[in-house]
Amino acid sequence: MKRRTLLATGAGAAMAAALGLPARAQAKTKVGFIYVGPINDGGWTQHHHENALMMAEHFGDAVEFVYQESVPEGPDAERAITQMCLGGANIVFTTSFGFMDPTINVAAKFPDVKFEHATGYKTADNVSVYSAKFHEGRAVQGFLAGKMTKSNKVGYIASVPIPEVILGINASYIHAKKVNPDVEFKIIWIFEWLNPAKEADAAKALIEQGCDVVLQHTDSTAPHQAAKDAGNVYTFGQAADMAEFGPMPRISSIIDNWAPYYIDRVQAVMDGTWASKNTWDGIGQGMVGIGEISDAVPADIKAEAEALRDSIASGAYNPFTGPLNKQDGSAWLADGEVADDGVLAGLSFYVEGIEGDIPS
Amino acid sequence: MLTLEKRPHRSAFWTWAAPPVAVLLTILFGMVLFLILGKDPVIAIKAIFWDPVFGEFAFYYRPEIVKKAAPLVLIATGLAFGFRAGIWNIGAEGQYIIGAICGAGVALAFYPLEARWIVFPLAIVAGALGGMIWAAIPAILRIYFKTNEILVSLMLVYVAQVLITAFASGLLRSPDGHGFPGSRNLSQYSAAANLDLISGTGMHWGVVAALVAVLIAFFVLTRHQFGFDVRLTGQSPRAAAFSGINPNRLVLFSMALSGGLAGLAGIFEVTGPAGQILASFPKFYGFTAIIVAFLGRLHPLGILLAGLLMALTYIGGEVAQDNLQLPAAAILTFQGMLLFAILAVDTLTMYRLRRSRKEVR
Repeated sequence: MKRRTLLATGAGAAMAAALGLPARAQAKTKVGFIYVGPINDGGWTQHHHENALMMAEHFGDAVEFVYQESVPEGPDAERAITQMCLGGANIVFTTSFGFMDPTINVAAKFPDVKFEHATGYKTADNVSVYSAKFHEGRAVQGFLAGKMTKSNKVGYIASVPIPEVILGINASYIHAKKVNPDVEFKIIWIFEWLNPAKEADAAKALIEQGCDVVLQHTDSTAPHQAAKDAGNVYTFGQAADMAEFGPMPRISSIIDNWAPYYIDRVQAVMDGTWASKNTWDGIGQGMVGIGEISDAVPADIKAEAEALRDSIASGAYNPFTGPLNKQDGSAWLADGEVADDGVLAGLSFYVEGIEGDIPS
Repeated sequence: MLTLEKRPHRSAFWTWAAPPVAVLLTILFGMVLFLILGKDPVIAIKAIFWDPVFGEFAFYYRPEIVKKAAPLVLIATGLAFGFRAGIWNIGAEGQYIIGAICGAGVALAFYPLEARWIVFPLAIVAGALGGMIWAAIPAILRIYFKTNEILVSLMLVYVAQVLITAFASGLLRSPDGHGFPGSRNLSQYSAAANLDLISGTGMHWGVVAALVAVLIAFFVLTRHQFGFDVRLTGQSPRAAAFSGINPNRLVLFSMALSGGLAGLAGIFEVTGPAGQILASFPKFYGFTAIIVAFLGRLHPLGILLAGLLMALTYIGGEVAQDNLQLPAAAILTFQGMLLFAILAVDTLTMYRLRRSRKEVR
């Protein structure tokens, strides 16, 4: 009977309220995670999952942790998120950019559930967004790439042309160029976050074109394997440390440290203090970590890279400090001018010196 | 020793018994799989087949099943014609994508015009035409150059996939998207939105189109000359040629028909459940529809049931993943088993098992 009225009204809010979700959740806080890849992808999703497990371990019996992996972006994601809410989740983390609209849609139907969307830009009263300033780590990678390359050709496996990825290319190029004026970037877009076969192909193509450093903004370890097979090519771990490929080819990495944020947000739900916010933290706040720089890198270069890392962490240095021009040569940042976060978050152009076009 | 012996005629019994038997076998082997994974097999099967339809949250899942089944049924119904006549359109996925791009492109060209009676019908027509044209390419190549339509239609899928990525980050990219790829959300553009006709039921125009297509296909196949031509060509190409059926026209017609329906599925998906032209536009309906067509015995009513069953395994699979924390791969394996079982059991329609004695030499 009740269900029939629900169907008739069709109002999602009533649906959530009538189901009595809070009653079920009183004993434990139910925390849900929606992943775009499988939990053993070796990169992005695996790292979210491991950090989520740290969060679950931190709270022990106080939380019930559920997840769904390999959720396709789009309408399927909307269903997966709804399922979690129907199952009584109090807070749901959706960890891929493509889950943005689905998260917003479901959030409108479940006003009592809190949502945390990674790497997006749309917020609501019960939707926060969080992301890390990966480009801060890219600056350190770019520095190392510029120093280490002998062919002066650096390959870059780019995923999806969104600002986060474009920022990363710019940040690494700027810092490679600074220490090596002859450096040249070759960029391959694969339009996916995770596709080991395509990533391996891209890495091989870049290596064949003479690149002896391959940077990646994709999630698998396939490029490392390709570099290892080729020999004398340097790579960087992405999202996870990927230390298993050290000391060669992996000479350092960008590690996403989500666990402190996850613990903080789940705690806020428990305390009833959760509020929607937009978090964009970097090395300084500990959300971005630079993995151990391996012995393949000479000690003086390693020390310089660590100094760069520390100056970014302390806030003394911003990777986007002028003078910088746009790719077409027009002025962007004046000497000493620092880009503000708002501009960076929506960046859609290359800086001067990078060849090729952003796919559009 | 058991041996397979060819039957003199197709077995009428196994033709209709094969799908249910295959489903039962899948359930049986699925239970073994879930048991090995350390999950309660009965609860897992219940989560897949029972909970979405009759469980606690069925009010949410039922419309979702309908929405998921609609494009499958629509595409599979179109494919059934060609498949019956021995014309193998494997590229419905591409026609579906091109339909979505064309329809969305037309709708977005009118943005922000509010005249729904112009925008929505034009978008639908553009979607169907887009799918038809994409399907006509392998048909025309086959007619004039004797190319293999299986290969050409399949390869055009990959072209379509590259195109949708290009359109998502290029021509159709939303100007309000903060530099992110993806078109405007059509389900939020009231003149083009394909929303539930009765809120909360999942019945959008695509579902209506699927039902109408099934009915029309049923009558065309059983009552109309075209249906007769298709069936005759499939059963006996020589007889068909003698009776004056033009095979080239049949190729073009059935390819365009399946392409048009796939294009329709695409436009209803992009204006409704998916909302946007994106690189991650919901994929595999076109491929899954091939399974649905065969599971439904290439019969419109069978396809309707098969489409619903397939949608159920998707939704139920997600429920099982969510409730039992089954790995996603286990659900894919389970769905794969279904196709495998239907192919295996299908053997029995043309062959029978015989116990044979070892021959004495």
